[in-house]
Amino acid sequence: MYSLKFDENLCATCPTSDCLVKCQYIDVDRDTAHNEMMKIIKGEDSFVLHECVTCYACEEYCKRGNHPFYLITERREEKGMLTASRAITNQWINMVEPQGKYRVGELTEKALSYCFIGELRQAARGKLFEGIRSSYIFGAEFFAQVVYLHFAKTSVIKERLPKVIENISQLGIKQLICMHDECYGSFTSLAPAFGMEVPFEAIHYLEYVYDRLQELKSDIKPLNIKVAYQRPCSSRLSPDKYHFVGDILALIGAELVEREYQGENALCCGEMIRMINLNEVANDIQKRNIDDMVESGAEYCVFNCPYCQMALSEKVSKREIKPIHIIDLCKMAIGEKK
Amino acid sequence: MSDIYKSLVEIAGEEHVSTQTEELYFYARDPGLMPTHEPDYVIAPKTTEEVQKIVKLANKEKIPIVPMGAGMALTGLIIPLKGGIVIDMKRMRKIVGVNEKARHVIVEGGTSQGALKAYLESNYPNLRHSIPDAPPTATIAANVVIHGQGRLTQQYGFNSDMVSGLEVVLPTGEICKIGSCSMSPDWFSKGPSLPDLSGLFLGWFGTTGIITKLGLKLYPKKKMRDVEIFVTDKAELVPDILFRLTHTEMVEDINIWFQEKPIMFQGNHHITLYITGDTDEELEFKRKMVWDSLKEFRDTKDGGFMWVLPAMKPTFLDMPQKSITTFADVKKGGGFEYSGPIVLIEKYPVFARKLGELANKHKIAYSGMARVIGRSHAMMFGIAFTFNRADPDMMDRVKKALHEGIVFAFDHGGIPWKPTAEEQKIAMERMDPNTLRLMKMIKENLDPNGIMNPGNWEVN
Repeated sequence: MYSLKFDENLCATCPTSDCLVKCQYIDVDRDTAHNEMMKIIKGEDSFVLHECVTCYACEEYCKRGNHPFYLITERREEKGMLTASRAITNQWINMVEPQGKYRVGELTEKALSYCFIGELRQAARGKLFEGIRSSYIFGAEFFAQVVYLHFAKTSVIKERLPKVIENISQLGIKQLICMHDECYGSFTSLAPAFGMEVPFEAIHYLEYVYDRLQELKSDIKPLNIKVAYQRPCSSRLSPDKYHFVGDILALIGAELVEREYQGENALCCGEMIRMINLNEVANDIQKRNIDDMVESGAEYCVFNCPYCQMALSEKVSKREIKPIHIIDLCKMAIGEKK
Repeated sequence: MSDIYKSLVEIAGEEHVSTQTEELYFYARDPGLMPTHEPDYVIAPKTTEEVQKIVKLANKEKIPIVPMGAGMALTGLIIPLKGGIVIDMKRMRKIVGVNEKARHVIVEGGTSQGALKAYLESNYPNLRHSIPDAPPTATIAANVVIHGQGRLTQQYGFNSDMVSGLEVVLPTGEICKIGSCSMSPDWFSKGPSLPDLSGLFLGWFGTTGIITKLGLKLYPKKKMRDVEIFVTDKAELVPDILFRLTHTEMVEDINIWFQEKPIMFQGNHHITLYITGDTDEELEFKRKMVWDSLKEFRDTKDGGFMWVLPAMKPTFLDMPQKSITTFADVKKGGGFEYSGPIVLIEKYPVFARKLGELANKHKIAYSGMARVIGRSHAMMFGIAFTFNRADPDMMDRVKKALHEGIVFAFDHGGIPWKPTAEEQKIAMERMDPNTLRLMKMIKENLDPNGIMNPGNWEVN
């Protein structure tokens, strides 16, 4: 019923083939990249289908509005190619099977989505979320489904995401503040790419927090710290919102250190890559990433995604860099957290 | 007031002897499914000499005695099937001494697992013992008497293999030392290089004597410990996975589990394995060896390592693991029992299938769990069911399922672990007649009056 809206001509006429040329895990020149993408489009086998580590970055590298990573994912599934083992894939599919155990707060037309991540419920406290905190949704029924891209299972996305959208709109929500990149990306990138209509406005929480900090400007005491930012894979689905990281950090007096692995060149946390059986790649990513943070003089590693935080907290701590979620950093700046 | 009661009071003091109904009520049962039976007396001795006096009294009066630790076996081994005196050993809880360099400890017969763990953590942080996943009140002596298993069983065998000496009060009242301590002040060997007499007591469930002291081997405790979980949807691959894991010699404990709920675990077999190290480098080296050993299964997508989130780790790293209590109350009403036959690892697929069949047939909730014993030498396969104690019909179905499970285990070459009295009978029926005859000779010679925990290992 739902299918990927992919414009073959955009790829055929692409002057850069940046989707693959810029890939940090596949080393190809422009011609090879072009040829491989054309093979993928035609449904032929390509080494890219076997070597893609599912970092999502090509979704950002493509500036022409196509969806190279979604296509790779579709083709992998069509060919019966698994990324993770069957057991792990099914574990993740089962884990977020809706079972009627969702939670909703005192909903208004504007609500927070904690997706299915308990840590986000804890984060959304204090002045930053005053007046909105009680209006929330949480549970498998509202889960973003983006993670199934890692598992090459767009079929699950196509089956479940429309129901998630329906569940949210049936609650009368008009504006949904997505507390996680995946959540925002699923409604602003994934759903439209597969032809799903989203009848509410998705707002990225970083944008919400930035606006809120502007309102609380008089409470802000500059932190005067140096921070490295850990960019999550799913932020590749909303690169237009990335600037809010820098905007927020500037507002609270945290210096974002210059380092190799930031912006488009960021490295993901590595744990999903480990789960799809690429242990050595994951170790290498984590080592290079943390070495880079240390060399750049960062005192804090600032996280956006709770799972990145779980993956790297202990590891950065061992290198004497303090792990912190960006919301907690903002709370520090307004005196709510030490 | 009976003469026996008076004599018991003379031995241990009035406050340590009871015939009170409310106390007999508790000593009539364990947390499992076995029918209850009240003792006539309960006594809690403090010394070996007091135990000796009780045994002599029981011999004189021809009254049964049942030595008891914490009563956690679940299979009714401390239920006084023929009444008599329950000897509650928990007051004999002294940790007599540790030889740090020789890595062993001497404890009294009622010392609990939790007490030893706490003591070692405070006083010998580089040493540990093989703690079982029983509640911490479980006693060390009872655990070795039932051939319990623990966190170091994959590396060093049954916990009873780790015994390094025994002091036993024989059924006729003599105090007898077993192993190196029989001729040396040191408790470093339960047998070798002497004739190993520990087998006269280990596995006999208190029917041949009462352990009043024991030596237990201790092992190096590394500074760091971590957990990995390998998951496969093919039960038939589990034996080969275990073979390869144990070949690395990098792993501490290995457990396998499968369950229906929560649904994220449905359909998969989870192999939980633990690695330890004194440094990050040691830990990561072992982790790499483990991952590499299973490369073939990872490459074919037949299995993979799950991400054990930091919030999940304490549950798995807990010693003992408390999560079993959550399962025990799945059906509300707090009922839980399992049969844990010791079987070959290659039998894992048939046992896993059978457990699912039993649960379906009897409409009960199950949890499959197994622990590797030695380097894949065998495993304990736990056929575990949860039930509501307020639901007699459900309890009856669980009983039937457990019975079918143990018969299945016998039919597939297994031997029972801490068997109920009924299962002991089945075992003896199937045993080589000469083996049974030897057991009979031992039992009759050691316990001529048949006073020791009667109803268990009744070779007569």
